[in-house]
Amino acid sequence: MIELTEVTKRHPGGVTALDRVSLRVGAGEMVAIVGPSGSGKSTLLNIIGTLDRPTSGDVVIDGRRVGGLGDAALSELRAGRIGFVFQQFHLAPGTSALGNVADGLLYTGVRRAERARRAAAALERVGLGHRLDHRPHELSGGEKQRVAIARAVAGDPPLLLADEPTGALDTASGAGVLDLLRGLHAAGTTVVVITHDREIAAALPRRIAVRDGRIAAPEPA
Amino acid sequence: MTARLAPRDAIAVGGAGLRTRPLRAFLSALGIAIGIAAMVGVVGLSASSRAGLDREMARLGTNLLTAQPGTDMTGAQAELPLTAEAMARRVDGVREVAAIGHLDGVAAYRTGKIPKTDTNGIGVYAARTGLPSATGARLAAGRWLDAATGSYPAAVLGATAARRLGVAAPGPDAQVLAGGRWFTVIGVLEPVALAPELDTAVLVGWPAATSALGFDGHATTVYTRARDAAVERVRSVLGATANPEAPDEVQVSRPSDALAAKRAAGRAFTGLLLGLGAVALLVGGVGVANTMVISVLERRAEIGLRRALGARRGQVRAQFLTEALLLSLLGGIGGAVLGALVTAGYALWQGWPPVVPPWALAGGLAATLLIGALAGLYPAVRASRLPPTEALAAP
Repeated sequence: MIELTEVTKRHPGGVTALDRVSLRVGAGEMVAIVGPSGSGKSTLLNIIGTLDRPTSGDVVIDGRRVGGLGDAALSELRAGRIGFVFQQFHLAPGTSALGNVADGLLYTGVRRAERARRAAAALERVGLGHRLDHRPHELSGGEKQRVAIARAVAGDPPLLLADEPTGALDTASGAGVLDLLRGLHAAGTTVVVITHDREIAAALPRRIAVRDGRIAAPEPA
Repeated sequence: MTARLAPRDAIAVGGAGLRTRPLRAFLSALGIAIGIAAMVGVVGLSASSRAGLDREMARLGTNLLTAQPGTDMTGAQAELPLTAEAMARRVDGVREVAAIGHLDGVAAYRTGKIPKTDTNGIGVYAARTGLPSATGARLAAGRWLDAATGSYPAAVLGATAARRLGVAAPGPDAQVLAGGRWFTVIGVLEPVALAPELDTAVLVGWPAATSALGFDGHATTVYTRARDAAVERVRSVLGATANPEAPDEVQVSRPSDALAAKRAAGRAFTGLLLGLGAVALLVGGVGVANTMVISVLERRAEIGLRRALGARRGQVRAQFLTEALLLSLLGGIGGAVLGALVTAGYALWQGWPPVVPPWALAGGLAATLLIGALAGLYPAVRASRLPPTEALAAP
């Protein structure tokens, strides 16, 4: 599902965020990318999510070589094959939960009525079937993140990238969100969770530790 | 395959920014609205005033021609021959002829106690009985001179003359002194649009002027109503007909031309006001551009999210361009309605038929869309060039 070969990312100004990183994540795996802040793990996520291009090296996502793709093809890849979950949720404030989730399908070419139907199904799946018409400010932090997860998985992408999904949540809500991600993994989705929290990482089947832009030795479970 | 957004979705996405900040949208649309309202209003008012003038011209008729004596070769005042009226009546296409004759050196006064030099600019004229029908003059009060009263010391006053002489209403008590003789005022005219010289006139009957005031019988203005189709032909021969011996000493004019000139003068003024409206519109466009730049800055996270959800650069660009277009379209429609209302209100108040030319509305909306596109282009391109990672990192 994810194949990185000798990936280097140098920011303008000379900071090397990633240094010859190679890693491979198979389809259906659930992986934690763990590291302290500044370790380069967010850059890694952006490159896996095709939001950023490496300075050098080779990136293959879902069988597609990212380096050779233009903006349209990359956008298509993100729309159909990759779901994103962010620490800050990024929900549209004036829009209902259903509307937010349906907007996640806006760029997939699915018709309006079908988008609403799939959005309702996705919200049902994350346990928010009773909150379709609530606006983000009427939801708790955990519920907001569930809406964001529903948005990410409404199109059934094979790859789900979660950037500090529990970073803004209390322990109980965070645990609920992790359970949800584990459920998605069990259903066949490849899940990559970025976190600085060793406890969370320890609870996932596989860990990739990042330090100073390099893959560190795998930690014992 | 990433499909294009359906038009309905594109408009919904473009309009989302306006819905979340309605006050800001309203204020920046207002700038456009004021510009469009000014332009539609200027065009509408000028069209309405023209329509009003046209209506007045149609009522007054454009077939009135006047013949007056000019000057002879030595520069002295010429006079029309005594046969001028009868000759004019024989011209083919002439329907009506009437005349007035100025009584040189005769002034009119309310009483004999007024110094002789205070003539108030009022002239005394001999008038033919057909004068009202030829000139379109109407009586405000009283009666016009007829075959009987025309021989007696009776007078009809022009509107201005009546006011200056202090004659409120005709009647046996209303008398004016002209050439040392008392004349009873039997009628007062309304202002005459096509013959304004009658407004300051004291008109007495042709026979009475001859017998009582020493009138020599020479007409000083011959009024001719021609058939509409024959106006130009009559105009070309009227001078030679009125004074065959010295056609160059006759000035022929068409009073409705003066009204038409008024219309042309209004047009130049309209151009100036239209320019002012365009400046207002431009300022409104700058307001929209400003709003859009701020909107893009504030919504970096949203832009990043949409990119992560699979929006192409072009789709982000289209979103903000749509927002700018909707914003200015909103202002344009509001402005067009406002301009039309102002036009209708002012025109009705002025007694003009309200006219808002469709091309002004269409042009206004087209200008709006053009301004919106120009104002939105730079912010939209900036939004689309924003790297997704940078956009997502924004607070």
